[in-house]
Amino acid sequence: MIAIKNLEKSFGKNKVLKGVDLEVKGQGIFAILGPNGSGKTTIIKSILGMVLPDAGEIVVGAEGVKGNWNYRKNISYLPQIAHFPENLKVKELLRMVKDIRGQEGNEQPLIERFKLEGFMNSRLRNLSGGTRQKVNIVLCFMFNSPYIILDEPTSGLDPVAMITLRELIQEERAKGKVILLTTHIMDIVEEMADEIVFLLEGKIFFKGSLQDMRDMTGEMKLERSIANILLRNDKQYQEVLTT
Amino acid sequence: MKRILIILLCTWLASFTSDAATLEVCKGCTYQSIKAAIATAKSGDTVIVKKGTYKEGNIEIRKPLVLVGEGFPVVDGENDSEIFTIYADSVTISGFQIQNVGTSYTVDRAGINVVKSDHVVIKNNKLINTFFGIYLQKSKHNLIENNEIIGEAEEEMSSGNAIHLWYCKNIRIENNTLKKHRDGIYLEFVDSSRIVNNVSEGNVRYGLHFMFSNHDEYIDNTFRDNGAGVAVMFSRYILMDNNLFDHNWGTTAYGILLKEIYDSEIINSTFKKNTTAIYGESATRMKIHNNTFEQNGWALRLLGSCMDNTIKGNNFYSNTFDVTTNSSRNYNEYSGNYWDEYTGYDLDKDGVGDVPYHPVKLFSYIVTKSESSIVLLRSLFIDILNFAEKVTPVFTPATLVDEKPQMKPVL
Amino acid sequence: MVKILKYSFFDLIRSRWSLIYFLFFAITATSLLYLSNDTSRAIASLMNIIIVLCPLIGTMFGVMYYYNSREFAELLLAQPIKRSSIFLGQYLGLSISLTLSFVLGMGIPFVFYGILGSVEFANFAVLLLAGSMLTFTFVALAFVIAIKNENKIKGFGLAIVVWLFMAVLYDGLFLLSLFIFEDYPLDKFSLVMTVLNPVDLARILIMLQLDISALLGYTGAVFNKFFGTSMGFILTLICAILWIIVPVFGLNRLAGKKDF
Repeated sequence: MIAIKNLEKSFGKNKVLKGVDLEVKGQGIFAILGPNGSGKTTIIKSILGMVLPDAGEIVVGAEGVKGNWNYRKNISYLPQIAHFPENLKVKELLRMVKDIRGQEGNEQPLIERFKLEGFMNSRLRNLSGGTRQKVNIVLCFMFNSPYIILDEPTSGLDPVAMITLRELIQEERAKGKVILLTTHIMDIVEEMADEIVFLLEGKIFFKGSLQDMRDMTGEMKLERSIANILLRNDKQYQEVLTT
Repeated sequence: MKRILIILLCTWLASFTSDAATLEVCKGCTYQSIKAAIATAKSGDTVIVKKGTYKEGNIEIRKPLVLVGEGFPVVDGENDSEIFTIYADSVTISGFQIQNVGTSYTVDRAGINVVKSDHVVIKNNKLINTFFGIYLQKSKHNLIENNEIIGEAEEEMSSGNAIHLWYCKNIRIENNTLKKHRDGIYLEFVDSSRIVNNVSEGNVRYGLHFMFSNHDEYIDNTFRDNGAGVAVMFSRYILMDNNLFDHNWGTTAYGILLKEIYDSEIINSTFKKNTTAIYGESATRMKIHNNTFEQNGWALRLLGSCMDNTIKGNNFYSNTFDVTTNSSRNYNEYSGNYWDEYTGYDLDKDGVGDVPYHPVKLFSYIVTKSESSIVLLRSLFIDILNFAEKVTPVFTPATLVDEKPQMKPVL
Repeated sequence: MVKILKYSFFDLIRSRWSLIYFLFFAITATSLLYLSNDTSRAIASLMNIIIVLCPLIGTMFGVMYYYNSREFAELLLAQPIKRSSIFLGQYLGLSISLTLSFVLGMGIPFVFYGILGSVEFANFAVLLLAGSMLTFTFVALAFVIAIKNENKIKGFGLAIVVWLFMAVLYDGLFLLSLFIFEDYPLDKFSLVMTVLNPVDLARILIMLQLDISALLGYTGAVFNKFFGTSMGFILTLICAILWIIVPVFGLNRLAGKKDF
């Protein structure tokens, strides 16, 4: 369970989160959607303790996040852009992250699935963007954590790898894990998400299943639903302004 | 050849015919004390003192005698009295080990004290812990040669000088070793004397000290680890040639300290690792030529009161400061020296740099203005300041310049 | 923390900059030793290099390393480790690897020259100690600056300004105040001013070891008396350590409050 209560955060004058309440219960894939700058990444980073909220609290499992670090052993995180110590070899990076987490990892099957065997002895600075993202994915999925957080997991991947990744996410869901996901590829959301959280202007605008969303907007395609929400939102604003 | 032989024979015979006698002093001899032998001896006699230890208090010599020690007999003052006091001309003392005069705060006691006596020869003696070693007053034409005078001086107040001359003339001081006294050699009102080939080392104050003395010369001496190598004060016409000033190093140490000195020369000497190689206050018409200054803190420190001196043909290597002065004017002439920090060029290849050299660094000027700023020595800021001043001199005397800096060391 | 330190350190030690830094000192020390043929003089010349270069390289590498390893830090932040461990680990990793390059670069030529049994060994040890202290201090300052400034150009600019201030401008102000307060006894003041700047502190400590200290005259005697007593020694040590601990404490606090 991940519980977020009244989360507030501003960067300078820019108020990014204006009191977010979110409870992720049970298992499955939770897609966090929203336009650019709506605070998706800020929420994720707050859960990870990378961003320190101004107000509110976050509980992961049974542990509060604030001032704590031990709960992160239950979380696997796939960041948007993967940056690594450039002088390390892939092999060494994997070994290092295992060492730092103090956990055993099951990387071998993942390496084979993404065909990374040939890169194990290459230095990270010599890898292409796509290969780095694959390494990033291996790093994330090699640990058997109950919580998985994926921030734009598909960036830079070729179609074959994309399919492998989807399979992988489905497999993790089947194991009964909680998976938080942000992506701009609606296709993935439609295929996999059990629940959608839609952020707008630093607040949760919508939370529910894909079907709920369709019902609310009257659109079949998710992409169109979202466009609909955004446009309607604009209209609402206009109404508020005129009256 | 034949003639020389005849002369030798004659002199040998003459020594028998004259009434000069030889008196021997030892435990089993006729004379068991030096005093007894001297009392009986007639003018011109020779007293030979054999190996042994003699504790006879003060020994006075009032007639021309030759005192010879054999196997370095020890004459001990038991820290309570002066040892030899000479009141007669033409006395010779050689081959003794003279020791333990003892410190006195009221009288200048000495190992050998020569009072108003001429043609005295003091040679080949060892003087150990004698407060004042050899003391000459109002004497002329004396020779002090080959003595080793070693004291135990710790501080100025309670120590004497190894060789002390007062109102003397035509003295020769040669090949002596002088250690651990207040001054190695002290001259006050001493004229026309020569000081050659001595080693003066580890003295508390000065290795050699001139006061009110004129027309003297010192050549081929070594001054090492003294408070100051040589101090020349209120004197004229002193020739300082081919001396070595080595490691006179300490907070207030100098190679040569000049004060009120005129018409003198410092030439062909080497100054190495002295805190200040030459310090001058009111030094005038001096020639400082053909010397080598190496690894000194300050090579030349000439205050504004120094005038009409010429500094030519010297070599300056690795000194922290080559030249300092506290004045923004310059009345001395610097020419044809070699400066290791000179960076100019020599297009016409005549061995003389085409760009004049300003040897005074801004920092040395700053230090003379504010003593405590020396704590910034070797700071990057100071290096930058020095560089800026070098490019456009503002504070340092613009006329203090070597118009003919040498491209290579002067030999 | 030890794990992060280990990884940062081994990552850095394999980079070519460590090698260049090492070679620079090795070549400089070797050439100075063989050109001057005099350990004492070589140490004096190296002092000039060290008090300028160790702070400069410390700040530059500190800022550069922090910016370059930011993403690595982000990777680590998502792992179950304490925040302070990450940054302290990186700080120590960089400081130790720079210090190692410096100590080995200087040490190897001097050991071959036979410093170990020589009387100059204490002087040389103080030289190494001072250089290491400067490295640790200035890397910490650089980290503080880099953490405070997201903008790399601003961070670099500020780091250079801090270095310039400590290595150059501070002494300018020092000199100025010596002239302004000329009429007062300035020994205590000089002492305080020296102790307050790590570069000056290092410079004076090395100089008092070498026999250049005789040039410092009366002021030098005062300094010698101060640094020579056990009280002075302890105070100096405390100052040197404070110059490391305070920036490290600052960087720890800043890192703890920062959003990534």
